[in-house]
Amino acid sequence: MTDEEDDIILSELPDDELVPQMHDDLYDGLNEEIVEGVNILLERGWMPYKILTEALVEGMRIVGIDFRDGILFVPEVLLSANAMKAGMKILKPLLAETGAPRMGKMVIGTVKGDIHDIGKNLVSMMLEGAGFEVIDLGINNPVENYLEAMDTEKPDLLGMSALLTTTMPYMKVVIDRLKELGLRDDIIVLVGGAPLNEEFGKAIGADAYCRDAAVAVETAKEFMARKHNQMMATA
Amino acid sequence: MSGINELLKEKGWLLADGATGTNLFNMGLTAGEAPELWNRDQPEKILALYESFLEAGVDVFLTNSFGCNRSRLSLHDSEDCCFELAEMSASLAKEAIARQNCKAFVAGSIGPTGEIMEPLGTLTYARAVEYFHEQAEGLKSGGADVLWIETISAREEFLAAQEACQLAGMPWCGTMSFDTVGYTMMGFTPRNLVELVSEIDDKPVGFGANCGAGASDLILTLLAISELNPELPIIAKGNAGIPQIKEGKIHYSGSPEIMAIYAELARNAGARIIGGCCGTTPRHLEQMKIRLESTPMGSKPSHEEVRELLGEPSFTPGEKTRAKAGNRRRRQKK
Repeated sequence: MTDEEDDIILSELPDDELVPQMHDDLYDGLNEEIVEGVNILLERGWMPYKILTEALVEGMRIVGIDFRDGILFVPEVLLSANAMKAGMKILKPLLAETGAPRMGKMVIGTVKGDIHDIGKNLVSMMLEGAGFEVIDLGINNPVENYLEAMDTEKPDLLGMSALLTTTMPYMKVVIDRLKELGLRDDIIVLVGGAPLNEEFGKAIGADAYCRDAAVAVETAKEFMARKHNQMMATA
Repeated sequence: MSGINELLKEKGWLLADGATGTNLFNMGLTAGEAPELWNRDQPEKILALYESFLEAGVDVFLTNSFGCNRSRLSLHDSEDCCFELAEMSASLAKEAIARQNCKAFVAGSIGPTGEIMEPLGTLTYARAVEYFHEQAEGLKSGGADVLWIETISAREEFLAAQEACQLAGMPWCGTMSFDTVGYTMMGFTPRNLVELVSEIDDKPVGFGANCGAGASDLILTLLAISELNPELPIIAKGNAGIPQIKEGKIHYSGSPEIMAIYAELARNAGARIIGGCCGTTPRHLEQMKIRLESTPMGSKPSHEEVRELLGEPSFTPGEKTRAKAGNRRRRQKK
């Protein structure tokens, strides 16, 4: 592996070099370079959805793998996510205009008593990048907030996050309430946070535990595909 | 100093306490509730928790003040009670010692703010020091013998908390949570911590690792620390396994027997102050104490021994390969 460092003029690179360079720039969290790259591809006539998936989402997929493997950590991934966000800002209105496929809608929030939102924010950003609509409820959410958002937003997925062992069980409180109200089967529940594990996710009645933001995106896509197939089968 | 060093010299190792939050669950705390509010609202339960640790024979125990900072307590509309709740946590600890008529050191727990510090986040260094200082003064006023910074993942936050202890004129201990494949969430390594502590003028009573991802991981972290031969005592306060749900209640996978083995391995790996974190009950501590008292100091465990005795760790130390092989054109931020 060589880490070259030289002056690169993005606009002089052909598409098949520019896109990998954008992956590298995302990896290094370079906002301005990502904005420049996105604009160049637009000028070259790329469809916004193609830029999103091939340049940005693919770049973040690589970041996600190295995050999972303990090569990148939260500080680096936050910078990458911010660079992605800068690129998304340009693409978002264009995506709406060009009718890019919508993957699904998620309501997400950190549970009551918990202030930690790094993981949740990463999941939000990466889901948006992957074409999901995300309603972010922020931190410290009592069960009522989730219920209200489910009522007004009609999401496909509900995401809950906790970083403390004292707040993590609150996810079960939310899921239990959904069951009581007969709403549990209407929604896909994904949970995440450092102290959790897969078994725990299952035991509290979530559909899946996602160990990091990259896994969350993959899992959300998988569940949406399943939901879609079921709808097709019963239609 | 605090007197801990003297006792440590005399005994060779000290037993620290177990979990606060997860033990309070067993006493009726509900998820999402701030444990610190119980210092005011349910003091008899906090006393019961402290006394259960004292009965298990701890030499030092942490106060119920982990989240007594403005940032965290604001979630519970109690940001103006940081000093008061911290003070109560320590004075209740003193009361527990008096009631048990025993000797133990009261360590004032200082947990992270939960915010991300500048430049990545918005919390300034000065404000972090201010938050921690308020908490430190409360703990001091309540009678804490030492302040105990724990579960930190960022370098700057560790330094801010340390500065607050210094401002309060209190001796301190500091531990980080290496919960992400042997690193902290922010990418800090055990080696980084050893180096950081060596750079700080106001030396801690001890330093090391707490919480994390199970007993095996914690021992590997200790080995990485002790390999560097730091002069100061090393602290080990690992979780009793991983959280599970049994009959609708939180339960930790590590049995008292497993934690006893963990305690012995922690001592052999170089730790001098040994306790547990999440999921560690007085039952666990009793077994840990028996084990520490009944076994002689052994040689450092190998990674294989750790794996065999405590189970598979969540990571393998060593080189890692990046996902994208081949040429990567790296550029610096403008």
